[in-house]
Amino acid sequence: MIAALGLLVGILLGLWFRPDVPLGLEPYLPIAVVASMDAVFGGLRAYLDGIFDDKVFVVSFFSNVVIAAAIVYLGDKLGVGGQLSTGVIVVLGIRIFSNVAAIRRHLFHA
Amino acid sequence: MPEPTTPDQRPAEPVKPAAGPVRPESRPSAEPQGKPEVAPEPAPAPAPAPGPAAPTTGRERLIGALRKPSRAQAIVAVLLAVVGFAAVTQVRANEVDDSYAGLREQDLIDVLNGLAGTTQRAQSEIAHLETTRRDLQSSTDARQAALAQAQDRADTLAIMAGLVPVTGPGIRITVTEDTAPVSVDTMLDTIQELRAAGAEAMQINGKVRIVAQSSVEEAVGGISVDGTLLRSPYVIDVIGEPHTLTGGMTFLEGPRAQFEEDGQTVKIDELQSLDIESTVQPKQPQYAQPDTSQ
Repeated sequence: MIAALGLLVGILLGLWFRPDVPLGLEPYLPIAVVASMDAVFGGLRAYLDGIFDDKVFVVSFFSNVVIAAAIVYLGDKLGVGGQLSTGVIVVLGIRIFSNVAAIRRHLFHA
Repeated sequence: MPEPTTPDQRPAEPVKPAAGPVRPESRPSAEPQGKPEVAPEPAPAPAPAPGPAAPTTGRERLIGALRKPSRAQAIVAVLLAVVGFAAVTQVRANEVDDSYAGLREQDLIDVLNGLAGTTQRAQSEIAHLETTRRDLQSSTDARQAALAQAQDRADTLAIMAGLVPVTGPGIRITVTEDTAPVSVDTMLDTIQELRAAGAEAMQINGKVRIVAQSSVEEAVGGISVDGTLLRSPYVIDVIGEPHTLTGGMTFLEGPRAQFEEDGQTVKIDELQSLDIESTVQPKQPQYAQPDTSQ
């Protein structure tokens, strides 16, 4: 419940403050969001599996975000930023899908 | 979470037990408040188990989580807030930001290529539409030309057939009977001479329009033209080139001389503008039909 409220609060804060994305971060924010979504779904799956650990969750959350952003940053430096961010998004998307599939099995037994 | 379980207690107090045990766990400071609640009822203490106990299935675990806050949930909440914040920010930036400041070089090139392609498509579409417009215009022009031509033709035919009132320069011939009535022959000669001189429209006494089918007959007290009795003085309005028409009347041994010989007075006025108001009703030909074979 608190978690859902936290998500709601975050969305409301975003709507309320309407922050501007710093120019330097503009290419990385979408990647970071997708990476964190991956971490969140992974955490939800772990919770439903009964192996959720908040420490693991926090660490995986930040490492996911940082690594995804770092990969894209590296790609930008190497001149393949666009392709690498596509690759990262694809990988994270696959993970999100498999996590959501597991969650679905837990919740709907289907 | 990993607390032991006594499922038997659950049905009795599903909600309270869940809330009770959690408070001490998540908010140590709240303990003083939470304890009093717990104290009166011994049941709640073991009850915390229901949440963790259920964990046999993921669904029950999730329901338990919704009912029972915990420290882990608070952390998750913070991180989810961050995610929600970032997602909303990104969505908003994506919607609002139409500048290309944050794009990579490759992205900019792609954008440029896309724009070039779009421009090309738009230009070819423009060319295509212009061609269509030209076609339509030329067909419209052709139609209008045909229409104007047909209108001209219809006007000419209407004037020739005497269907419409006409106006224009011409002459007015006034024939007054002095000693003898006007003869049909002289009148016919006059009409023929006027036609030869290029008369385009004629009427007599403002009543009868002279057309191709007009007939002139002798009648008691005057002349009958197309069945209408006309009496002296005869006023013949003629539209055409005034000098030519006058010449057609006045040449030697011409109609004027004939009228005067017969005993009538002829007066010819050249007018710059003359109105011929009388018309004839078009009659559907009964026997003659257009020959389409030619």
